[in-house]
Amino acid sequence: MAIIVDNETKLVVQGLTGSEGRFHGLRNRSYGTNVVAGVTPGKGGQDVDGIPVYNTVADAVREAGANTSLIFVPARFAPDAIYEAVDAGIRTVICITEHVPAHEMLRVYTYVRPKGVTLIGPNCPGVLSPGKSNVGIIPAEVFQPGSIGLVSRSGTLTYQIGHEVAQRGLGNSTIVGIGGDPVVGSGFIDILEKFEADPETKYVVLVGEIGGDEEEKAARWVSEHMSKPVFSYIAGFSAPPGKTMGHAGAIISGSSGTAQAKKEALEAVGIRVGTTPTEVAELVAAAAAV
Amino acid sequence: MDLYEYQGKQLFKQFGIPVSEGRLATTPEQARTAAEELGGPVVVKAQVLTGGRGKAGGVKLADDPGDAEQKAQDIIGLDIRGHVVGKLWIETASDIAKEYYLSVTFDRGAKQPLFMFTTQGGVEIEEVAANDPDALVRLHVDPLEGYQPWIARRLVYGAGVDDPAEQKQIADIVGKLYRCFVESDAMLAEINPLIVTPDGEVKALDSKFTVDDSALYRHSDIAEFRDTSAADPLEAFAREKGVTYVKLDGDVGILGNGAGLSMSTVDVVVVAGGRPANFCDLGGGGSAEGVVDALEVITRDPQVKSIFFNIFGGITRCDEVARGILEALERLQLETPIVVRLDGTNAEEGRRILAEAAPPNLHVEPTMLDAARKAVELAR
Repeated sequence: MAIIVDNETKLVVQGLTGSEGRFHGLRNRSYGTNVVAGVTPGKGGQDVDGIPVYNTVADAVREAGANTSLIFVPARFAPDAIYEAVDAGIRTVICITEHVPAHEMLRVYTYVRPKGVTLIGPNCPGVLSPGKSNVGIIPAEVFQPGSIGLVSRSGTLTYQIGHEVAQRGLGNSTIVGIGGDPVVGSGFIDILEKFEADPETKYVVLVGEIGGDEEEKAARWVSEHMSKPVFSYIAGFSAPPGKTMGHAGAIISGSSGTAQAKKEALEAVGIRVGTTPTEVAELVAAAAAV
Repeated sequence: MDLYEYQGKQLFKQFGIPVSEGRLATTPEQARTAAEELGGPVVVKAQVLTGGRGKAGGVKLADDPGDAEQKAQDIIGLDIRGHVVGKLWIETASDIAKEYYLSVTFDRGAKQPLFMFTTQGGVEIEEVAANDPDALVRLHVDPLEGYQPWIARRLVYGAGVDDPAEQKQIADIVGKLYRCFVESDAMLAEINPLIVTPDGEVKALDSKFTVDDSALYRHSDIAEFRDTSAADPLEAFAREKGVTYVKLDGDVGILGNGAGLSMSTVDVVVVAGGRPANFCDLGGGGSAEGVVDALEVITRDPQVKSIFFNIFGGITRCDEVARGILEALERLQLETPIVVRLDGTNAEEGRRILAEAAPPNLHVEPTMLDAARKAVELAR
């Protein structure tokens, strides 16, 4: 099972002929991901190390049977790339591109949402189901297969926690980086819902950070709908208000979005929150050992 | 990016929202000239990117050009919540009969723009929301539907504006504010107060405006608004170097890769009993050159007594980072103790490079927590 990407994934990389697209597309393939196509307008008929390139996503779906898209195009072309993938019938779209304007994402989100398509990102590291499929830029060698679902707004922090979990002999069902922008295609709740339904996932680690109220909403959702144990880590306890901490979405505005408020909301529904990445790994390892 | 009042008003004017005529001044003499050109009483307003300037004495009425010069003299150099006043906006004074409030913000939670309107303007909107929530009309806009005139009607009738001339003018401003908000890629466009003069004229007396940094590439006019002199000098230097840096006030310099891990590194230093000097994100690439630039920014802060270098290689390769550290030590002649923790892509190679060179001020630690403790100890 696992969620979002697995052995059934047939991947098309939009922007495969660019340097990032090529590097990560081939890395994903060497991990075992079934990369069936690339799309670059004007380069249809070429190939990248044997992967056929098409002019449009519609061609990639028709000719190569693509069902999942990975987007590496520059920010100004990313909304168009998402619309193209969705309108070509792709059901899972993962957008790595950063610096997509928030207003563009507002329109993309509003358009995509009712269609039931799973959109991950933008500005995210992608999705990895260890041993099955890696779609994006997550360094797969850090993780091993197992029963812990991991969902996060951050990339490298996820690797850190995955690494600490792996050092304790545990593994992950799926790792999902939802992205650090103010508007992302899937929020914590969307992913928690999938983990709850996935038989392979027994525990979930939710890695949040300052800004917005997604963690607070997730806490409420967990208390009402989730049977599996959830653990959490929040980054940004020492962040000053009004300053963007690297991610466009990581900002404390007024009194909302603080790490403390998120921690309290999570703990109020019984979710244990680690003070450091090490502590959250210890918490989940202790639970798994029982 | 936050805009000054006068910059926001410039955008309002471009979109047809009525504002008073004004001039920018940076000296008392310029304030006098501005008042002469405008004629009649003027208001001298400090331009700072913070609230509460009225209470701090940053806004003063002046009867004539001489008075404007004097008031400007008083206000320039004033420290308002840590912001030193360097610029003034001199504008024609307005008579005020009523003060309303109108804003449109980017509601992340609802994933829709949110209008807020109340006839209780001129005060902090949080106060109205807390004390008299019914007086505050809130209305979301479907981003695909966009602005439609019914939205303005709901706001105006909902807040109880009953003068037809006022209703008409406000409805017009609501539509224009939405266009201004969307077409400028704003995260916030606020008019507080939106005033009605004794003659029944409605206009924006103040502006608060924030623009999405990711959209600045398509707004070169707004990008030019950025005032590098107002920023912290270290943050301005970091921007010049392309380094993501936020100044904090401790003594442990921090460098991580990726926003989440860098934030977490700051937190872990606090957990270890230290005081972080900054937040600094090396970003995704992590080339040797980027490492040198980041270390140059961090060590410009004279408070920094030790540096914690926390890298988890994904796209970033630890061997490249190690080479960057050695290069920076040499080029910048750094003697500050540096604690390094490397994991992930090519970490072994990176550790080997550092171990071979073994500069005296470099300490390599196996885990993030160990490294944080070591950096805190070295800062003492």
